[in-house]
Amino acid sequence: MKNYIMRIPALTLMVAAILVSCTKKLDLFPQNDVTSEVVYSTAQGYKQSLAKIYGSMALTGNAGPTGQPDVFFPGSDEGANADFYRSLWKAQELSTDEAVIAWGDAGIQDFHNMNWTPGNQFLTGVYYKSLYQITLINEFLRQSADGKLSDRNISGADAEAIRKYRSEVRFLRAFQYAVLMDLFGNPPFVTEENLIGGPNPPQILRKDLFAFVESELKAIETSLPAARTNEYGRADQAAAWALLARINLNAEVYTGTAKYNEAIIYSKKVIDAGYTLSSNYRQLMLADNHLNKNEFILTINYDGAKTQGFGGTTFLTHASIGGSITAASAGVNSGWSGLRTTKALVQKFADPSGNTDKRAQFYQSGQNLEIATQTTFTEGYAIRKYLNITRTGALGQNDVFVDIDMPLFRLPEMYLIYAEAVKRVGSGGDAAQALAYINALRLRAYGNTSGNINSVDLTLQYILDERARELYWEGFRRTDLIRYKQFTEGSYLWPWKGGVPGGTSKSADLNVYPLPSSDVNANTNLVQNKGY
Amino acid sequence: MKKNMQQVCKLLVQTIAFLLLSVAAMAQNVVSGKVSDSKDGSPLQGVTVKVKGSSTGTQTVSDGTFKLTVPAKATILVFSSIGFKSKEVPITASLFNVSLDAASQQLNEVVVTGYGTARKKDLTGSMTAISSKDFVKGAITTPEQLILGKVAGVNITSNGGAPGSGSTIRIRGGASLSASNDPLIIIDGVQLSGGGIAGSANALALINPNDIETFTILKDASAAAIYGSRASNGVIIITTKKGKSGKAAFTFNTQVSVGKITKKIDVLSPDEFRAYVNTYGTNPQKALMGTASTDWQDEIYQAAIGTDNNLSVSGGLTGKFKMPYRVSAGYLNQNGVLRTGNLQRLSTGINLNPTFLDNHLKVDINIKASNSKSRFANEGAIGSAVNFDPTQPVRTNSNRFGGYFEWLDPSATTGLKGLAPSNPISLLLGRDDKSSVNRSVGNIQVDYKFHFMPELRANVNAGYDVAKGTGTIFVNDSVKSAYKRDVDAAGVRKGGINNSYLQKIDNRLLEFYLTYAKDLRGIKSRIDAIAGYGYYDNAYNNFSYADYFVDGSKRVNSDPAFATDKPQNRLVSFYGRLNYTFNQKYILTVNARTDGSSRLNPDNRWITYHSEAFAWRIKDEAFLINSKIISDLKLRIGYGITGQQDGISNYSYLANYSISNRTAQYQFGDAYYNLYRPVAYNANLKWEQTATSNIGIDFGLFDNRISGGLDFYLKKTKDLLNDVNQSAGTNFAPIVLSNVGNMENKGVEFTLNTQPVRTKNLTWDFGFNVTYNRNRITKLTFTEDPTYPGQRYGGISGGTGNSVLINSVGYNRGAFYVYQQVYDETGKPIENLFEDRDRDGQITDRDLYRYKSANPDVFLGFNSSATYKKWNAGFVMRASLGNYMYNNLFSSTGIQRNIINPLNYLSNGSKNILESGFAGSGQRFFQSDYYVQNASFLRMDNINIGYNIGKVFNEKATLRANANVQNVFVITKYRGADPEINGGIDNNFYPRPRTFVFGLNLDF
Repeated sequence: MKNYIMRIPALTLMVAAILVSCTKKLDLFPQNDVTSEVVYSTAQGYKQSLAKIYGSMALTGNAGPTGQPDVFFPGSDEGANADFYRSLWKAQELSTDEAVIAWGDAGIQDFHNMNWTPGNQFLTGVYYKSLYQITLINEFLRQSADGKLSDRNISGADAEAIRKYRSEVRFLRAFQYAVLMDLFGNPPFVTEENLIGGPNPPQILRKDLFAFVESELKAIETSLPAARTNEYGRADQAAAWALLARINLNAEVYTGTAKYNEAIIYSKKVIDAGYTLSSNYRQLMLADNHLNKNEFILTINYDGAKTQGFGGTTFLTHASIGGSITAASAGVNSGWSGLRTTKALVQKFADPSGNTDKRAQFYQSGQNLEIATQTTFTEGYAIRKYLNITRTGALGQNDVFVDIDMPLFRLPEMYLIYAEAVKRVGSGGDAAQALAYINALRLRAYGNTSGNINSVDLTLQYILDERARELYWEGFRRTDLIRYKQFTEGSYLWPWKGGVPGGTSKSADLNVYPLPSSDVNANTNLVQNKGY
Repeated sequence: MKKNMQQVCKLLVQTIAFLLLSVAAMAQNVVSGKVSDSKDGSPLQGVTVKVKGSSTGTQTVSDGTFKLTVPAKATILVFSSIGFKSKEVPITASLFNVSLDAASQQLNEVVVTGYGTARKKDLTGSMTAISSKDFVKGAITTPEQLILGKVAGVNITSNGGAPGSGSTIRIRGGASLSASNDPLIIIDGVQLSGGGIAGSANALALINPNDIETFTILKDASAAAIYGSRASNGVIIITTKKGKSGKAAFTFNTQVSVGKITKKIDVLSPDEFRAYVNTYGTNPQKALMGTASTDWQDEIYQAAIGTDNNLSVSGGLTGKFKMPYRVSAGYLNQNGVLRTGNLQRLSTGINLNPTFLDNHLKVDINIKASNSKSRFANEGAIGSAVNFDPTQPVRTNSNRFGGYFEWLDPSATTGLKGLAPSNPISLLLGRDDKSSVNRSVGNIQVDYKFHFMPELRANVNAGYDVAKGTGTIFVNDSVKSAYKRDVDAAGVRKGGINNSYLQKIDNRLLEFYLTYAKDLRGIKSRIDAIAGYGYYDNAYNNFSYADYFVDGSKRVNSDPAFATDKPQNRLVSFYGRLNYTFNQKYILTVNARTDGSSRLNPDNRWITYHSEAFAWRIKDEAFLINSKIISDLKLRIGYGITGQQDGISNYSYLANYSISNRTAQYQFGDAYYNLYRPVAYNANLKWEQTATSNIGIDFGLFDNRISGGLDFYLKKTKDLLNDVNQSAGTNFAPIVLSNVGNMENKGVEFTLNTQPVRTKNLTWDFGFNVTYNRNRITKLTFTEDPTYPGQRYGGISGGTGNSVLINSVGYNRGAFYVYQQVYDETGKPIENLFEDRDRDGQITDRDLYRYKSANPDVFLGFNSSATYKKWNAGFVMRASLGNYMYNNLFSSTGIQRNIINPLNYLSNGSKNILESGFAGSGQRFFQSDYYVQNASFLRMDNINIGYNIGKVFNEKATLRANANVQNVFVITKYRGADPEINGGIDNNFYPRPRTFVFGLNLDF
């Protein structure tokens, strides 16, 4: 018996010792994911993080085409609302005379009817995707600070390249804040000082955000790569100038104070950097449109094989096919029967056939000019601007995901900014130069001088209409109409504006979109925009 | 871990060997006898015969006889068996003939509890035990269906009618919003992992229901708190059948079943369809119609034949080395009602229960292993059959697209109309999706009763749950679904699918506990205590492969970023329980458990749960003890806190980066880069905690011919693991799992079991249970925010991003969030006209309101069984009240836009189009309360009848025959095919078949 008494407690103790050692085994780590220290141990890791920041404008997540979304809301469709450009485009175009959509997605018809609400999934999508990119950028700025680089023994040319990346991502952050300023007015404001998991960020007022964007762009103006020297798809000094030109043109809307002289200065800087118009307007939005590097200042790069998603130009290509349009003629497998336009855009062209002004790319066969029901594809002319075929007629790499890159800035916008700013103040620019820029666009559009205008024709309204002709379906229209005080006002009506067949005026509060209710609920610092 | 397990196992072996060698024999006598049923004198097998006050004992063999060696000083033998009143007989001779009386309610029944067993009368917590004789009968392919409708507070809803498909089990409504609401399931001491495995629809279906002996459901904190962090949603403990001493007894049963769907989706008939298109279509649209009349639902469904065969042998090695054993083998072959679906399962179970050292050392070895081979029918065919144009034939004479009719678009690169539905038969027959899953669950449990202190026992349990799922998916390259679907690396467009997958699960556990049980007669007390340790390691091995075309070439850029992944988590626990009984009337139970989880930040990793409960056996008080009417009365009061970490992903507190796939690269210049993305994380995650209060009474009347229980409970969950909106800019995702929110469930459960008739020839048992559960969300945001409508979810088919459910403060979980439909004077809904509830002159999402809920207020179960001489019969019925359903088939198919599709093809749709006349334009009509329908129901789950044919084969065997019908009928107002669908959204549900079963059972 004594044996037991001696041995059993000893055994129990031994077992207990093993058990206690087990409790230390609760530190487990994933097999494939890595820590920031591993990612940023090499210059290549920094570049792949930079690629994520840029790529988050082209892709909805890390899986491609869907899966592992960056921004996901339960019950929603990653492709439909969590793509940056697709959601931005809907907010900028579906609310205007340029585009009508036939679909029944939650909240999509609210754009036409001008009764959008803080719960709108597309506004929510673009808001979070913008702030997502800003959050990535803030993390990148923290990880690429000089101290971090030296700690990680990154020096010389590698460190120099990474410093350029820092300027680029600050440009992208300024760009995203400009988008938020334009759409939502008063978004939350986070910089690299705001750590992950930190307290609710403060709200920034639209005019203060303008000052921030402007100061950031000026701060990085010289540290960015010189214009037209960076890799295709990456920002350079011209991109910063182009954004400065754009926000200054709209400064009065954002701050109450006009800054047209600055718009003239910066648009001219871009124009003088050596960009030229491509010869054929109809080759701007094709599968090989990267060949327009002479005209494009910054693009979102899509690739049918390697950068797959259901947003961006894939959306624009498929959604605009329906009725009697064949999908094959656009280089894709199917049409989604969504997008058409109103007669207001059609009538901006003296000849909508496309025979004279080549920018008129309307598809009329089987389509009614008039729209009785917004949800019927054959009502309203279709548009054939985005085609997944190359200049030589070859198909894109993939018939679902298109190869068409989306220019965020291209030279004609700078011409138009210059002309409009000159027209509005006149002091810093040259009216003859303005007319010459407009005629350059028209010369390309017509293929000859028959479409050229003279100085008496060049009114402010003419410039707005010319913007529609040149830049329609490129995500500008809402901003332009607001600047011209024609978005909610009764001075300009288009079919179904405000949900009424003949169009109607709406509250001026609608010139700013509501902050998404999900963030207003989460972030108690946010005050909802007026009228929502 | 593996190394540790090996060390511990080695230690165990040493311990056992040491104990084996150290025992000496003692002076003994031998007694023997025969035990019979007092009702009819038939021999009783498996009766436990024990020496009172010791653990010396045996069990009777098949002819009712036993033989037992007893210590010389033994004076009384105790005979006990489940279903009979136990009897004490003084040892006056060496030969006994004892008859036992049947017990209507087994007060002395021993039930399985957390880490051990307890007498039912000693229980303080709310728990229900169901043994095999009360299981639902019929063609049961998955274990949880055995207790359908049997237990108050437990709602089991099968996830569909596919062979072997799983069920959603909710005990007292669950405790969580976004995290898991699934109960913890423990089979023979091994916890099953919550996750499934590739190649199997349902982890539980890998266990053969025929091997199961008992289910114990732990419902309140007092019963479940010993499982601590995994107990918030209740615990289900399953034990499998064990061998009994004696000669080998064989049981063979075989079943054949045929299942058919009970109700098709009500779509337009071919004639109605033609009339509709002719009325509303344009000429080109009318021209799209064919000349056939096809009932696509008839085409995709079949009569599903199934067979289930089981053979088991059980007995015990006797003599010096005693080892009861049971070995079973089963073969199930079940077709699905959806054509091509099939499940074949080979299963085996081995239970060995040797005892050593004069019963001081008990060893339980349980091994269950199965191989399931499935062919999964393409369930896309269900929706496609509802939608497919009934005027088109199944096949055309074309040799394209497998010869099936498909909608064509000559201009498309594939020649197919991309967004049109695919031919349902092509979907079914064109896809060969097969899996083979091996799974084994087993453990070895060693229980040693200390020689120097028999009231102290040590128990070591080492268990595993391993599985390997493999499968292949093969799709012909000519069928639409995979026709020329993508390009290979050379840019050549190819079709078909030829893929395989592999996943492994490797879960291990080790538990060690000490129990101490002692009657302290001097102070009229009894102490039952347990203290233990548990270590649980759960790992998956996921293998990823590229995507291949039918010719074996690889789809471009489809190589996975990583070929393998090994997600893993661990849990370490210390637990204890003290049961104190005073004067056999007052029972106090205290539980505690400390858990540590690898899923949480080291600062938040450890937590301690506890519970306290008290029971008062009122029946044993002087004023009731002699009552003839009241045969049992007990009051139970309990409170406790349990927790949960399921729902937290393995590494979500860590700041990591993940690399993108090859189809998510970004181009700079001419180079493409894979993207490094920081992963959203929450370093502050902690345990979700649920506090449960429970008051209950158990009662019995008239010698327990009427018995039952009544429980009131209140469960309050705080720090809900909830998908919470992050302030934009503060994390790498807009929604991150966080601990925000409170919820409560209150309810009443009532169970009544009666035996209205009890005569020699006829007995009739009738049972009834009812559960009322009221769920309220009481907090959802960090700071109170009355403007926050709540978390919307429940995406529907139709439009994109339309959802119909919401969780909001002050309301039931899963309320519908819809517009209030306006109707014309004839009662017809007016499309897109809704009540402007906020009176702002326009319809916006501020006009949505909360309407009803997908969850029932009340659910009931009824069961009845009767025996008359050699016949027996029974039924099981369930009802659910107050649950509503969004009829997504009405809203997405019963609209003109679906039938006459603007994309220039035709689709069939719900007959609801003839009532609503909706065009289907716009978006808001999808969210109309018109589509939310009352889905309360009464379902006859099972009717069975059996006959005992008696002795056959020269009296060497007993044969019984049985027949039953499952899913006999449903009474409901719901207008879809089936009112019982988890989640409250009815869309392309795999129909539950009505099954007719015939079976034979042979004992020899």
